[in-house]
Amino acid sequence: MKTLSQTGMLRWLVWRDLTLAWRRRSDVSGTLFFFVIVITLFPLSVSPDTRLLRSIAPGVVWVAALLASLFALGRLFAEDYADGTLEQMLLTSQPIYLIVLGKVLAQWLMCAIPLVLMAPLLGVQFGLSRYSPFVLAASLMLGTPIVLLVGSIGAALTLGLRASSTLTSLLVMPLYIPTLVFGAGAVQAVIEGDSPDPNFRLLAATLICAIVFAPWAAAAALRVSLE
Amino acid sequence: MTTRTIHWYKYASPPNLYRLAGQLVPWFAVPSGILFIVGLYLGLFVAPTDFQQGDAYRVLFVHVPAAWMGMLLYVVLAFYAAVGWIFNARVSGMMASSLSITGAMFTCLSLVTGSLWGRPTWGTWWVWDARTTSTLILLFLYLGFISLQSAIDDSRRADRAGAVVAMVGIVNVPIIYFSVQWWNTLHQGATLRIAKETSMAGSMLAPLLTMIAACWLYSIAIVLLRLRCLIREREPMAALALAEVTK
Repeated sequence: MKTLSQTGMLRWLVWRDLTLAWRRRSDVSGTLFFFVIVITLFPLSVSPDTRLLRSIAPGVVWVAALLASLFALGRLFAEDYADGTLEQMLLTSQPIYLIVLGKVLAQWLMCAIPLVLMAPLLGVQFGLSRYSPFVLAASLMLGTPIVLLVGSIGAALTLGLRASSTLTSLLVMPLYIPTLVFGAGAVQAVIEGDSPDPNFRLLAATLICAIVFAPWAAAAALRVSLE
Repeated sequence: MTTRTIHWYKYASPPNLYRLAGQLVPWFAVPSGILFIVGLYLGLFVAPTDFQQGDAYRVLFVHVPAAWMGMLLYVVLAFYAAVGWIFNARVSGMMASSLSITGAMFTCLSLVTGSLWGRPTWGTWWVWDARTTSTLILLFLYLGFISLQSAIDDSRRADRAGAVVAMVGIVNVPIIYFSVQWWNTLHQGATLRIAKETSMAGSMLAPLLTMIAACWLYSIAIVLLRLRCLIREREPMAALALAEVTK
């Protein structure tokens, strides 16, 4: 029997999840449409005034990204849990940490990257000028992995429970606050003519902490849920 | 008996803890009731009217202890959750769940009293300042813990899942607190702030300290009482075994 190295396992997990997602593209594109539609509702509900839109743009885009991430979290473990694959994965000799990291990475590639690419366009619609749409995209690029990593803890804890998606959002939304503050803060700083640098650094620091600690906590949570 | 050692593990057993909690509750509940009455009397009738805020400042005697307990109990909750996780002790998990309700209650109380205090002094019910906002987030953390535990039917899984949430939460609390503080300083220049008192008059400090002590004792009493209920609910055999022993 061939045993996989840890990097081999990671690559296999990501490849498998991406393949599965590719065969059911509508799930993934749904997240993107949701993101775009939610953001479109804001000018309609608030006001089409460009000045106002510009000032709320970072917050609106970021909150929409957080909400969209909940769809990704719902898919993160649930399908593999339902058909028993997840249990088999935990039975392998590979560390659970790695399984979580691989699944989050795959989910990030297929759900978050489209959002990041779409964000500058939405930023322009909200009247962001010059390079601030790209700062918005960069902040989402750094922030969405944190969101998915922290969210994976909630998704793992609520596995197999009734109303698990509602519960996940209740558990992880408060933990998203620092990411939201730093991410939206970076864009806000650029709009106000400041440097986004401090916020980017804080975001990067949060990301590093999340990569180190979150999969570990999610692994513990998975063990609790699959006991 | 020359030396007395306390066998801590003895109280990891539900029947023993059940009995101990039952003995301790009155020792905390009665003084707490007395201190509440004394503290409220001192605070509402004896303490002088503040020359700036008038009588409105008296909310402080409830608000400050409530806010303290709300924060403190989350730390205690996370501590018990961690102990339960590490030593696989059932009663620590029960302790964490019984703390969560009281903690959420105090956090909610501090928000309500804070808003009642804010209306006459700041002229508004709600201010998005760093402290108010982080208290609100603390309430969300409590509610997340409580609703996760109530969604899981298997009490062992509920305890362990709650422990993960509590430990992740406690790691995040400082990050959330600082991020909210930075967010606030970034967005608004001058926020409304409680004027820094140079020093508190003794006649105001005494009722405050009395109320804080009363809230501490109340928390211990109610948590132990709820712990007894949880033991009865989850380990009916433990309560039964105890009845056999004491008969």
